[in-house]
Order: sequence, then C-alpha cells, then structure tokens
Amino acid sequence: MTSWPILSVVTFLPLAGALFIALLPEDEAGIRNARWTALWTTFITFIISLILVWRFDPTSADFQFVEKQPWLGGAISYAMGVDGISLPFVVLTTALMPISILASWTAIQLRVRDYMIAFLVLETLMVGTFCALDLVLFYLFFEGGLIPMFLIIGVWGGPRRVYASFKFFLYTLLGSVLMLLAIMAMYWEAGTTDIASLLHHSFPLSLQKWAWFAFLASFAVKLPMWPVHTWLPDAHVEAPTAGSVILAAILLKMGGYGFLRFSLPMFPDASAQLAPLIYVLSVVAIVYTSLVALMQEDMKKLIAYSSVAHMGFVTMGIFAVTAQGVAGGIFQMVSHGIVSAALFLCVGIVYDRMHTREIAAYGGLVNRMPLYAFVFMVFTLANVGLPGTSGFVGEFLSLIGTFRVNTWVATLATLGTILSAAYALWLYRKIIFGKLEKPSLFNIKDIGLREIAIMAPLVILTIVFGVYPKLVLDISSASVAQLIDNYQHAVGAVHAAALAR
Amino acid sequence: MNAAQLPNLIPLLPEFVLGVGAMALLLVGVFRRAEGERFVDAAAIVLLAAAGVIIALLPAGKMTTFGGSFVVDEFARFLKILALLGSAAAIAMSLDYAKHEGEQRFEYSVLILLSTLGMLMLISAADLIALYLGLELMSLPLYVVAASHRNSLRSTEAGLKYFVLGALSSGMLLYGASLIYGFTGTVSFAGIAHAAGQGGVGLIFGIVFLFAGFCFKVSAVPFHMWTPDVYEGAPTPVTAFFAAAPKVAGIAMFVRAAVTAFPGLTSQWQQIVVFVSIASMALGSFAAIGQRNIKRLMAYSSIGHMGFALVGLAAGTTEGVQGVLVYVAIYMTMTLGVFAAILSMRRRTGMVESIDQLAGLSRTHPTLAFFLAMLLFSMAGIPPLAGFFAKFYVFLAAIKAGLYALAVLGVVTSVVGAYYYLYIVKLMYFDEPAGKFEQMPYELRVVLAICGLFNIFFFVYPAPLVGIASAAARSLF
Repeated sequence: MTSWPILSVVTFLPLAGALFIALLPEDEAGIRNARWTALWTTFITFIISLILVWRFDPTSADFQFVEKQPWLGGAISYAMGVDGISLPFVVLTTALMPISILASWTAIQLRVRDYMIAFLVLETLMVGTFCALDLVLFYLFFEGGLIPMFLIIGVWGGPRRVYASFKFFLYTLLGSVLMLLAIMAMYWEAGTTDIASLLHHSFPLSLQKWAWFAFLASFAVKLPMWPVHTWLPDAHVEAPTAGSVILAAILLKMGGYGFLRFSLPMFPDASAQLAPLIYVLSVVAIVYTSLVALMQEDMKKLIAYSSVAHMGFVTMGIFAVTAQGVAGGIFQMVSHGIVSAALFLCVGIVYDRMHTREIAAYGGLVNRMPLYAFVFMVFTLANVGLPGTSGFVGEFLSLIGTFRVNTWVATLATLGTILSAAYALWLYRKIIFGKLEKPSLFNIKDIGLREIAIMAPLVILTIVFGVYPKLVLDISSASVAQLIDNYQHAVGAVHAAALAR
Repeated sequence: MNAAQLPNLIPLLPEFVLGVGAMALLLVGVFRRAEGERFVDAAAIVLLAAAGVIIALLPAGKMTTFGGSFVVDEFARFLKILALLGSAAAIAMSLDYAKHEGEQRFEYSVLILLSTLGMLMLISAADLIALYLGLELMSLPLYVVAASHRNSLRSTEAGLKYFVLGALSSGMLLYGASLIYGFTGTVSFAGIAHAAGQGGVGLIFGIVFLFAGFCFKVSAVPFHMWTPDVYEGAPTPVTAFFAAAPKVAGIAMFVRAAVTAFPGLTSQWQQIVVFVSIASMALGSFAAIGQRNIKRLMAYSSIGHMGFALVGLAAGTTEGVQGVLVYVAIYMTMTLGVFAAILSMRRRTGMVESIDQLAGLSRTHPTLAFFLAMLLFSMAGIPPLAGFFAKFYVFLAAIKAGLYALAVLGVVTSVVGAYYYLYIVKLMYFDEPAGKFEQMPYELRVVLAICGLFNIFFFVYPAPLVGIASAAARSLF
C-alpha cells in the first residue's frame, strides 16, 4: 500500500504552482519567476509521475494507488486510481507539460503570469480526468478543462481567436451535458458512481443504448470524430503553439480514454450492437479528412485534419474489441500524442521566426535549417506510419485488430494510410525542399539550444516506441486483457440468452 | 378558557425582533435626521444578524403556532437564514451607492427590514391566509424601494410597473386561493392535502391561479414580463436586493405550498411546473443573448435560473426539494457577487451599465475581473464551480423522477445560456481596455470576495450545504 496519496500529489501539485505564481508581482522579475516556477512545477510533477510507472504492477489489471474519501455524500466519493489504460495518459500529460512550457518561453510575451497559471490549472484538470475513479469527479475534471483552454485560445490566440474559442467551448459543452444526464441515470440505476464497481454492474439494454449515445455525444466531440470535428481545425489554427500541442496531444485523448473506460466496459451490449456505426464514422473520418488535409494551405490546419484521420484509427481499433485493436488504439493515442505535439511544435518554430503558417510562404528551408529539416522529417514519417517509428505500431495494430472483425473496414482504412503519406510528404516537400527563393527566408536561423532540448526527447521517444513498443504495450496489456474478457463475457451472455429464447 | 390564552410565541421570536426593531429604527431615523442614515444602516444589519442567530438557536425540530398556520421546521430555518443573508448583503452593498448618488435615506434600510420580515413570515406560512399576509408584507416595501429614486423617471416607472403587475398577480393568487378554499373547505395546507383527495376540475383551476401568482413572484415565464424593466429601472442596489432574497422567499412559498398542500395531486401540478420551468430556461437563455445592458441581462439570467430551480420542484420528490434548496443558496451567492461587481462599474462621470464598458477589465482590474469571470462561469454551470453542483442536484432529481425531456431540454438551454456569460468573459479577457473604473468600495470587495471564493472552493467541501439542504427537504415530507 502507498503511504502517501501519490495520485493526488501528481494531480494537485500543478495547482499549487499556479497559486504560487498568482502571488508573484507583475514586474520583470515576477514574469521571469513565473516562467521558472511553471517549468519546475511541471518537471517535478513529471518526475513524480515516473515514480508511478516505476511502482506500477503491470501484471495486475486492478486499479492501483487507489485513494478514496467521502465527498458529495451518498455514494459519490473522491476516488482516484490508475490502471494500465489510464497510466500511459497520465505520464503522457505530465511529460508534455514541461515541453509546452518551454515552447512558450519566448513566444508568449503578453500576460505571462496568467498564461502559466492557465497551463498549470489545465494540467491539474487533465491529470485528474485520467485518474478519477468516480464518474462525477471525472466529469468535474473533464469539463473543468474547458475554462483554462477557452482562455488560452481566446487571450493568446490568433486573429480569429474569439470565434474559435467560443466554438470550442460551446461544442464541447453541448456534447458533455448529455453525458452528465447519462451519468445521473447510471447513478440511480446502480446506486453508485464509483467506476470500479460500475465496471462490474450490468445495465439493462435500454439504458445501455441511450447512455451509450450520450457518452458518444461527449467523446465524439472531444476526440473528435467525423462529422463533429469542425471545431478542431479552428481551435488549432487560432491557439498558441503550446495550446495546440496540449489540445492535440492530451485533450483529444480524453475522448478515446472515455470510450475505453466507460462505453466499452459499462455498455458492452450497446457497444457490440452499435460498433458498425463507429466503423462507418471512423472510415469516413480516415478517408474524408485525409482528402481534406490534402487541400489545406495552412500548416496547422493540415495537421489538425490529419489528427482527425488518425483518431479514426483509434476509434476503429477500440470498437473492434480485439486484443490487438484495443492495444493498437491505446498505442496510437500515445504515439499521436507525441507525434502531433511535435508537429505542432515544428510549425511553431517557423511561425516564431516568420509569423505565418501559410505553406506557400515557405520552401527550401533545408538549405538554412538542416537540423530542423531532420527533426521535421522524423515526425512527418512517424505521422505517415513508417515502420520503425511509433506511428507505424499504432496503425498496424489497430488495422490487424479490425481486420479480424471486419475485413472491409480495415481495407478501406488502409486507404487512409496512403493518403496520409500523400499529404504529409507533400507538406514536407513544399516547406523543406526546393530552392530557397523567397527573400524573407534568406536570414532564417536553424533551431537553437532550447528548441533542441524540446525536440530531442520527442525524437527519441518516437523512435524508441517504434522499435520497442513493448514499453507501452506491457503496461496496458493486463488491463486490456481484462477489459476484453469482461466484454466477451457480457456480450456472450446476451447472445446465449437470445439463443435460449 | 382556551381562547384567552396567548399562543406560543417562541417560534415567532426572530420575526418579533425584526418587526419591533424596524419600527424602533423608523423612530430613530425620524428623530435623528442629520446623521441617522449611517446608524440605521448599521443597526439594520445588526438586527438581521440577530434574527439569524435567534433562528439558529431556536429549539430543534418542528414547531407550530397560531393554530398551525405558522411553522418553523428545518426547511424554514434554512431559507430564513438565506433570506436574512441576502437582505444584509443588499443593505451593505447599497451604502456606497447611496452616498455617491446623494440618495441617503434611512427609510431604505427600514423598508428592506420590513420586506425581510414579510419573507420570514412567507417562508413559515402553512396556510393560505398567512401566505398572503407574508407575501404582501414582502411585496409592498419592494414597490416602494423600486421607486426610491423619486426624481428618476426610470426608477418611478419601474416602481409603478412593478406595483400594477404585482397587484394583478396578487389578485390572481387570491382568486386561486378562494377557489381552493371553496373546493376543499379549509385554508390550512395540511387540511387541503387531506381534503383534496384526487382533486377535480375546480381545484385544479384554483391551483393554476395560485401557481400563476407564485410564478409572478419568482419571475418565471409566462409571468416574467415585469422583470427586465424593473431590474433595469430600479436603482442598482435595489436590483441586487430583488434578485436575491425575495427570490429565495418566493421559491420557498412555491415549494412549501406545492409539496405540503397538494401532495396527492403531484402528477397534476407537475405538468404546470414542467412547462413553466422549460419556458423560463429557454427564455432566460435565448432572450439574454441580445442584451447590452448588464442589469437587463441579469434579469433574463435570473429568469433562467428560476427555471433551473423549478426543475427540482417539478420532480416533486425529496431529492428535488433538496436540489431546489441547494440551487437557491448557490444562486444567491452568484447573484450577489455579480451585483457587487456591477455596482463597482463606476467611472468619474457616474455609473455605467452597458456590458461593453467591461471590456479589458482583466488588465485594468485583474482581481475584479477574475472573480466576476469565475462567478459567470459558475452561473453557466461549468464544473468545478458551485453553479455546476446547483444544476447537478436539480437534474439528478429530475432524472430520478423520469422527467427525461425536461432534463435534456434543460441542459441544452444551459449551453445556450453559457454563450452570453462567455460573451462577458470575452469582453473582459480578450478585448482592449475601455478605461479604468473608480476605486472599488470596501463593502463591495468583501461581498465579491466572499461570493467568489465560495463559488470557487465549494467543490472542496460541499457536504455541509448539501447535508443541511437534505435535512431541510426531508422536513417537508
């Protein structure tokens, strides 16, 4: 047993850092201290979260580091815990936060204190979302994240930031409130909102169906799935670089995590019946948004659409409910978290220098920025899914997982990987290769030390995970196996009952 | 002889203190014209606090007096303390305003005391006559304070409009009460509950008229028309008062009458409440979008909030009433906090009321902007702020009662409503500053800070409020 509440520490340490920054004066020294405090807070949080990994028992499918305190009365409590499905996301979050803080080191000059506070509060809410073991607590963290993200896009965003922040907020809120009603219905049905007990509660099919749709409304918007993805390109384009990084790498993953944590295990029969719907939406997302990405003139928008396509693989793999499919979904999310974050950082690097994201404004950067060209290449290839990078493992696993269940879906989805090669390589060629003709680019500088420090861990992780994916897969394997076991059992029981009738 | 015996006056002690105190202050004010206002204001707050302490010290359990027409139970205690808090805050918030506008009149505080006395009577009323007495005692001073700026056209118009429409609603309420008396032969809630049985067309008619009167007082659609005009026209501290304490008392009488007088007819009146609730939520959300005057916007916001509170009543269960109580308590803190911010929107040239004046507030007044933003997010019902829990409990009850359509429409309108709260946040945080306001007075800072901190940190330890509300709700059933 743990003697101290390590999950609460990981969750609320950033909040403590935010409170400290709020007390700093708003002068030159205060701003400098705000930056350093934010960096150290996120870094220490990351180190503590590594203790989690170290002490985590990957052979057990149970929740670990569990904490429980009475909270709202009744059966609603403050419960925290992680298992093999949530732990990778917790670490992904804590790992990317110091990187995002570093990425905004010089890019953010306006209201630095407020910015750092918003990011630290956001980290608390994100980590809390993945650690919460109570539905109401989960909802609290899940929705609370809207406030800091709204401010990050709206205050530090681009020219159309107001439109983008409102769209982001209202879209996500509308999806989530329906989920809240489903949570309430589940509470009255099962008498508790404790996730660990709900995982073993079998809900009647009628409730399962509409609750499944209510959860879909929330997670589909968050993930996002086609056709409710339209807020994402706007939000990404307008958000500051670090905002895009967090949005793509972590906030989107909450949707996928939600499917794994709630939709599949709590509503297995509804999931089994409605999986074809998810397949269709996933395939459309993969093929259609890849085609849309081909037409983009803005770098961030292109990456945003490619995110939607990659999330299509995630939903497809998860709802195939095979060992490879689910593991592939999780791995794809982790990998996409690293790769898309890195791609947005790559865009941010040239944006900081040129203040434009238009693809046509660049060309021939390899002549002036060889290091940058190398880094960008690694992530472009990871985005395409080249073997040896982490992108390959996720896509491959989710594809073979789906192939066993539905050949057609897998075949159509494979088209998407070809298209992703088309748009990603096109983007790379336009920006990096060709002649250095544009006069504005003649003096552009290659990446500096701070940017190397940001990029190096991401490059290493992309390649290490690509070559040795067991690092992630081992953590989640026991939990995934149990998830699939329970699912098969529940669906099998319904099937047997139908046969007996 | 029994008739000569004095009724038990212990349960009435807080009302006594308040009533006698108000009359004494009236005398003090008349005799000490010159420097009377400050003393009367301070003494009024002390009186309200004293009444609150007495309520807390009254022997526990249910007490009745005046032949059962006056009840003190957990429900009454909870709401009375809320109403007293709301009134005390309203007096405190009016101090600086009155000084600036040169409208220092000691009658203002006395009128608020008398109105509060009416609220306390109303909250404890357990028959139709006591209910009407309390209601009129609460309302008459409200008409006067709405028109308290005698030289302002807007203020007098607001007072007159409020009075005329208020009189109409009282008439409807009385008509409903007489029908109910006619069909049941009694005015006491318990007696009505006993005699009502399965109801009948006449009784239902009576309930409809009675509820119409209630809806007017809590400004629920379709009897909300007075709200935007009166909110906009009345002096701002008066608006702050209208938005808080009288709403608490109005909801209290609505809940007590519906739940204790007509428990057998729940399925009948439920339909009325469901309709009123949906209509209020929808109107409160959509109509506020176009508003540019912040007081008018708050009027529509309060219409919407009353709609949400009534979601809990529509459930008609213990959980529902608990939800209503949690809702009004949190609603009151949000409203008082926001009005503390509105009252500090003062430039050298005078008060400003357009929301565009809030532009860039986060640069000019970061703390004010932060608290106001948090209160607005709380009003929109975004977790982890208190407003989320308010909505959480009423919808929890609605889902249990099987009112799915109401719940879905409710949460969807809450998303629409979020738009205009966000719009104000956008003005404060995303836009360029529109110039500084005057220094914020001390009382307003205290009110704003207390309300803001309550809303931000409610999630840490929600158990006390939820527990008391739950006990209060159980005392009605």
